[in-house]
Amino acid sequence: MWPFRGIPDNPGAWITTTARNRAIDRLRRRGRLRDKTEELTREAAIEADLAAIEPEGGGSETSDDDMDDRLRLIFTCCHPALPMDGRIALTLRTLGGLTTAEIARAFLVPEATLAQRLVRAKRKIHDAGIPYRVPPRDLLPERLDGVLKVLYLVYNEGYAATSGDALIRRELSAEAIRLARTVVSLLPDEPEATGLLALMLLHDARRDARVGPDGDLILLEDQDRSRWDQAAIAEGRTLVQAVLPTRRVGPYQLQAAIAALHDEGADAAATDWAQIATLYRALVELDPTPVVRLNHAVAVAFADGPAVGLAMMNGLADEGALASYPYLHAARADLLRRLGRSSEAASAYRHALELTSNRPERTFLASRLRDVELEGEGAAGRRMPGSRPS
Amino acid sequence: MQYALLIYTEEPAEAPPADEAMAEMEAYNAFGQHITDRGAMKGGEALAPTATATTVRVRDGKTISTDGPFAETKEVLGGFYLVEAADLDEAIEYAAMIPGAKHGSIEVRPVWDFSNASSQPPAESVLAD
Repeated sequence: MWPFRGIPDNPGAWITTTARNRAIDRLRRRGRLRDKTEELTREAAIEADLAAIEPEGGGSETSDDDMDDRLRLIFTCCHPALPMDGRIALTLRTLGGLTTAEIARAFLVPEATLAQRLVRAKRKIHDAGIPYRVPPRDLLPERLDGVLKVLYLVYNEGYAATSGDALIRRELSAEAIRLARTVVSLLPDEPEATGLLALMLLHDARRDARVGPDGDLILLEDQDRSRWDQAAIAEGRTLVQAVLPTRRVGPYQLQAAIAALHDEGADAAATDWAQIATLYRALVELDPTPVVRLNHAVAVAFADGPAVGLAMMNGLADEGALASYPYLHAARADLLRRLGRSSEAASAYRHALELTSNRPERTFLASRLRDVELEGEGAAGRRMPGSRPS
Repeated sequence: MQYALLIYTEEPAEAPPADEAMAEMEAYNAFGQHITDRGAMKGGEALAPTATATTVRVRDGKTISTDGPFAETKEVLGGFYLVEAADLDEAIEYAAMIPGAKHGSIEVRPVWDFSNASSQPPAESVLAD
């Protein structure tokens, strides 16, 4: 666990300069700037506005004006004209109050690289004239998607680190949840924002149960459900139930509904896989990417049997888009194992192992590989093909 | 701020049918009229086909002129507008109205304002090269 919170040195400093320069430009153009004192007064006003922007929990109560400033800042930091890595770094630096060193560590890049990303993003905001405001209504849906995407990526980076030992980066996820809360409280009528917050809460509820004492990854079906955070589950479920009736369904809401179903039931066997498969099918229609289709296939395997799921996964494997995606090979391996096809399962586990560097995941895959290798040697033919995954 | 809206589209191998060309021309005229009405029009030109282009480089003090545009790309710079916009979002709004945006792409580039010290490029990038 690394020190995360703390008030940034000066969260609004760079944007102050930008806003000031832009304001002065505007005044000059209008030819109104005759008086030096007027310029100074204007500058001081903007400085004061921006100095008020500080992360929640900074001690002071946040007024409506401060909240509006935060919202403007989020949209500026997540503007689509900025590269995605710059948006993420800038959002965490200016809104999350993380230091450059902390963000660099979270994304496994040298601090100098991260600092450079921040400089480039700030420079582009200034030089390209990226506005400091909440987008007008006609642009809002498109721009909000961009903001939510940044928060989702930050959350995921904290939830499932892409490599190394830090499987759990609790603080990064907590930061994403906190920012999502801000967006939801400021834009309560945007169902996808609420959906994303619910999705994060419902996943985060399982965080403590997801990793064993030795850092090993524990599958959803094997988790100790008494360690799930029931308060987070209740909050997430309430949000999903509130937002689905708006009938403006989107990918985050569907994923949140899926997560809510996973969080229900006394044990894994009670999971309503048929309904989860239906929700994934709706998700595939909105977002037909290979990863979403893989998840759909997994749900179908549980609802209708491993053979049906395996056929869908084989189709995906033939397309080649997920050739280097370890989870496709791990999921295929699991279904082959459940069908008693040990040697094919072993080869798929080996393939998955070649593709992941995450240590807990490697430990898990290696232990499954040993199991199917033993089965292939000693118990071949004895094992009945499973009709349903257990 | 001023922005250049650079229009990159595929160059047809042969002239399009007259009615198509006419419709495209009318769409451009409508766009030009719209930004003029909004006071945003600062200039712009359509460019002759790339077959007429010459690329110039100076290397070791020698001027080297070569035929054609510098890169082998499908989409070529076909023309540009210079517009006045409050910020990047307004410039993007104009860019999205350009007929070529539907089949090609529009690059939006701020124009340096050298009268304003704060928006000048850093010294090293002026001196470099």
